[in-house]
Amino acid sequence: MDLAFLAAGIGAGLTVIGGGYGIGKLAASAMDASGRQPEAAGDIRTSMIIAAALIEGISLFGLVICILLALK
Amino acid sequence: MILESVKVVTDTLSKVADKNAGSGWIMHHVLDGNELPLEPFGVIHLPQLHLFGLDISITKHIVFMWLAAIIVFFVFSFVARAYKKSLVPKGFTNLIEILIVFVRDEIAKPTIGEGYQKFLPFLLSTFFFILTMNFLGLLPYGNTATSNIAITSTLAIFSFIVIQGSGMKKNGVFGYFKGLVPHGIPVLFLPVLFVVEVLGLFTKPFALAVRLFANMTAGHIVIFSLIGLIFVLQTYFVAPVSVAFALFIDLLEILVALIQAYIFTILTSLFIGMAVHQDH
Repeated sequence: MDLAFLAAGIGAGLTVIGGGYGIGKLAASAMDASGRQPEAAGDIRTSMIIAAALIEGISLFGLVICILLALK
Repeated sequence: MILESVKVVTDTLSKVADKNAGSGWIMHHVLDGNELPLEPFGVIHLPQLHLFGLDISITKHIVFMWLAAIIVFFVFSFVARAYKKSLVPKGFTNLIEILIVFVRDEIAKPTIGEGYQKFLPFLLSTFFFILTMNFLGLLPYGNTATSNIAITSTLAIFSFIVIQGSGMKKNGVFGYFKGLVPHGIPVLFLPVLFVVEVLGLFTKPFALAVRLFANMTAGHIVIFSLIGLIFVLQTYFVAPVSVAFALFIDLLEILVALIQAYIFTILTSLFIGMAVHQDH
């Protein structure tokens, strides 16, 4: 009974939910801020990309663990 | 009853994963190996070297890392020679100047502040090396050298050495550690905060390495899985859908290659800035 494969799949799904929710909130705030002050749109876009990459880094930590589980 | 249904699910999953054209094929293309597969034409076997019991054979990722280093070296030698002739760039030098000015004005200057010129060679080398390695993985018959944890760890170790070295050179070894914790906090919190900050010195480059490795590997696994869906399901009808999705993910991978090189460089320069100007 290879529960490792099941665990890898469920873990990957949960990780993606967390990452997607976080980056979605980030993008929503960035859109609001750009709408309020269109001159700052360039700076906001840069900060948004940096924050999105950091959040994605965390969700990829979880993905690496799931890959390790599935490959064992 | 629940246990039986769980057993059915895991049996199906392991059957799909064990099919000989399934995960084995994907992992064979993503992970390192001792041969360069040039698919319809054959396979180049790379030399295996052993030195004092350590395995230093030349693998796929190493070949592409050297290729990226050679490309970066020749491109920038050409650009340096073009700058000797005239300060106003034309043509290809102009294109590279756009990227160099981007690294200087968006990455180095805002994060390091004054004294950024000393770190510019390291930041430029990091940015273009990682960018070239990422892009080489997107070409046909290409392979991403940064999807190897050893290569990204080495880049992170270099960043760590530059950050700590520059911080200690500017503030002195004892002064650097003293400047890690902010002033004006109760003496009770001092040991805890100090331990947390020292741990942070090590976790930050570790996160750099794992972020780059995981982003590159995950993107390529997704592309290979989408194409491999055709082989797993063994029909041709899934091919248009598969190829369309894989094309979209490939375009996304170009964006991710650029963004990951940018993130590695800007986080390194941010940490250098925090180490050099500790009272910020």
